[in-house]
Amino acid sequence: MNDIMDILSANNLSKFYSKNKGLFNKQSINLRAVNNININLKAKESLGIVGESGCGKSTLAKMLAGLIAPTSGEIKIQNKGINNYEKYELPNHIQYMFQDPISSLNPRKTIYQSLATPLKYLRKLDDKEIEKEIKSIIKEVNLKEEFLNRFPHEFSGGQAQRIGIARVLLSKAKIIILDEPVSALDVSVQSQILNLLNDLQKKFELSYIVISHDLAVIEAICDRIMVMYFGDIVEKSDAKKLFQNPYHPYTNLLLKSVPIKNQKIEIQSLIETELPDPINPPKGCSFFSRCENKAEKCKDINPSETVKGNRRFKCFFPNI
Amino acid sequence: MINFLKLISRNKLALFGGILLIIIFVVSFLSPLLPLKDPDVIKTSDRFLLPFSEGYLLGTDHLGRDLLSRLLWGTRLSLLVGISAALISATIGSILGTIAGFYGNKTDNVIMRVIDVLMAFPYILLALAIVAVLGPGLFNAMIAVALVNIPFFARNIRGVTVTIANKEFIDAARLSGMSNFKIIVYEIFPNILPVIVVTISTTVGWMILETAGLSFLGLGSQPPQADLGSMLGEGRSSLIVNPHTSYVPGAMIFLIVIGVNLFGDGIRDALDPRLSKGELVKPQPVTQIKLDNNVENNNNSFLSVKNLTTAFNFNNKLNLASKGVSFDIKKGECLGLIGESGSGKSVTALSITCLVASPPGVIVNGSVKFQGNDILKMNYEQIRELRGNKISYIFQDPLSTLHPLIKIGKQLEETFIEYNHQKNKEAVLKGKELLKLVQIPNIENVWNSYPHELSGGMRQRVSIAMALTNDPELIIADEPTTALDVTVQAQILSLLDTLRKERGLSVLFISHDFGVVSQICDRVIVMYGGQIVEEGKTENIMSKPRHPYTSQLMECVPHIGFGKRKLLTILGSPPSITYKKEIGCSFASRCLIKKDNCLNEDIKIVRKGDSEVRCLYPHE
Repeated sequence: MNDIMDILSANNLSKFYSKNKGLFNKQSINLRAVNNININLKAKESLGIVGESGCGKSTLAKMLAGLIAPTSGEIKIQNKGINNYEKYELPNHIQYMFQDPISSLNPRKTIYQSLATPLKYLRKLDDKEIEKEIKSIIKEVNLKEEFLNRFPHEFSGGQAQRIGIARVLLSKAKIIILDEPVSALDVSVQSQILNLLNDLQKKFELSYIVISHDLAVIEAICDRIMVMYFGDIVEKSDAKKLFQNPYHPYTNLLLKSVPIKNQKIEIQSLIETELPDPINPPKGCSFFSRCENKAEKCKDINPSETVKGNRRFKCFFPNI
Repeated sequence: MINFLKLISRNKLALFGGILLIIIFVVSFLSPLLPLKDPDVIKTSDRFLLPFSEGYLLGTDHLGRDLLSRLLWGTRLSLLVGISAALISATIGSILGTIAGFYGNKTDNVIMRVIDVLMAFPYILLALAIVAVLGPGLFNAMIAVALVNIPFFARNIRGVTVTIANKEFIDAARLSGMSNFKIIVYEIFPNILPVIVVTISTTVGWMILETAGLSFLGLGSQPPQADLGSMLGEGRSSLIVNPHTSYVPGAMIFLIVIGVNLFGDGIRDALDPRLSKGELVKPQPVTQIKLDNNVENNNNSFLSVKNLTTAFNFNNKLNLASKGVSFDIKKGECLGLIGESGSGKSVTALSITCLVASPPGVIVNGSVKFQGNDILKMNYEQIRELRGNKISYIFQDPLSTLHPLIKIGKQLEETFIEYNHQKNKEAVLKGKELLKLVQIPNIENVWNSYPHELSGGMRQRVSIAMALTNDPELIIADEPTTALDVTVQAQILSLLDTLRKERGLSVLFISHDFGVVSQICDRVIVMYGGQIVEEGKTENIMSKPRHPYTSQLMECVPHIGFGKRKLLTILGSPPSITYKKEIGCSFASRCLIKKDNCLNEDIKIVRKGDSEVRCLYPHE
């Protein structure tokens, strides 16, 4: 099923967090975070994962980057399972850019020191080469050389995010996971960073997995989009088609909820907004309680994936 | 380093402690070089001489030994032993604590349980047991004191390490190919070093005391060697007849411990990031108000803010956060306040009821007239009477505004009882009615829950209910939906809109999002660099912004429905709050249509029809 062209793929990926019920109760309860997900990413493509807080998108992303071990399932990078990579080899292929640019920099290290780490440990360069690489990358992300000897707290959010981008690029990894790349930034700075990410992708032939709760941000940099709800992917589609015609009622609800200037949101005001209980997930469709299209059947049977053209969705009554 | 010394010397007591310590250190460590008598030479003919006797400045002990010499030699020894013990236990304790905190799970469990067992013994008993096993002697006493204090360091450092190990920069280091060992050494250690130093500085005095304690019991230094503890022990037998043999070493111990503790506190104050940021300074209940001149405000709208200027006082320099903000809100109107970080929007909102934390906040100019009375001229009691009553707030993050340890119901009751002085019964009724009003399902359940048990949307509904408790007339909502998911945001916005219309509430709604403001506001103010740059009816500003900042900002916000593309941008980043006075338009450096004269003069806000704009070349 895996395409040879896929630079990254994951099959039946799940993550459950288990917790003992009590001090003397050995029985453990499972908390469902990510449930049986399949992902594939092509070279030079950018794939968006959109969903609300608690849907498992960050857990998914951290598993892909090797920061969290999955409970079950397999992740392959360049057709090689990530467990088959040498101990410190994986970061050469996949990198993760964190949401909060300031807290992802060590407060007691200068920017130069932070940027030198991947070069020293991943690429094993000597001091001279390190200096050369850093000076060239800092131009690439539009920062000044004099910033290098400063400490993280001296930077604005936008500048710190550029430093984060620089560090990720220095590893020469081709796959980059962007976790909410602009949500911590000021509105007027967001578009600068999004454009920079777009330009760098072309220049260095990168593949992105972009995680965001903001549909507009996802749309601006992604080719393909997956919509996540309660640990599951409910819809996969080309970005363009998804926004023109969302099939899954949840995607539709997300799109309709985005506030747009001079346009009132029209949604039912008394609709349930709570996610189901992750310890005791529902038998049927997890979106059942909030769905506009629901029927009796949805309550008991969890819909499996339907393929229609190059779109996939999990719903019995899609908005087609 | 120089900064650090400056910080310490600002604290007079710490400076005193430091100087005291330096004197004691220098004198005692120079004792081999000083012209002192041999501390161990016995001369029974001179026994129990009083201080200031000829040849013996501090007198002699029961064997006629020179007390001054013994004191200095003894101090030297005690300091050496105490400090070595502190360093040993700091090293071992920190290593254990770091490993436990970093690896977590089983490693953590095993290490910390052993530490807990060590802690369960009374310390002196444990020390005695260790000395009993190893045999008496100063070196063994030092080992005992060091061992006994390991748990203290281990626990402290473990706590700090856990926090740091969960920070994103540790994950980032891992992704840079660093091994766990290198992460601990290069990433974690520099961050816990200040904590280690602080812990050492506050415990070293304690360890000197403990070593002295063991020597006093005869388990530390052995005769004839002198240390402070053994001197005390020897003096004890003649305490009644010749008290000076006990007073002399006693006074020295007192001076050392006092010096260490005062200096240690100073180090802690200087190194603790929370203290140096001023987070532990308790803010006053009302912002400091120092009005330069009286602002004439004859506007009798429901709320009229005129020339409101709020500054932050850092090192006696006033950094202006809002500069002469004027607006008014009519009864039942919803006014939106749009701006980016540093635009002064939140400061303006907080200044209305003098809630800006002081220090460092100061209101330096302006007038805030609410229903005809100037809030900035009221006393604390009058302002308090308004807050949460006639004027209430809804903040961005309900998790930090609701009390984490009190149940939702109790918190709602409190708000009600504070102003209505009624029985609990009525408060409960009112509270439940409010929860129903904000469309919370399963009210009984929520009433008995703690804030962390609710979802973000539910918590924000509770905050709204709380804001409505005392039938306010003005609600100030500071980014009330920013922390929420889009679907929840849509619900909360529609709820707020319905409530304010039903109850004729006036709302000041602060946001950075044009889309959100469009949903609920009648009029909009746009702020930039602490000033209002544009004001007008919502639909006019949204469809035809006149200030270049407003229009450029709107264009660069990504909208849905345009696909993958290059976005328009505004160069640079928003100005930060500074104390420097800048002339001209604060947006000029980022403006696409600026001309030379934009920087020559301060630009006045100009009214045209029902809108205002602060620009020499506004869009028409």
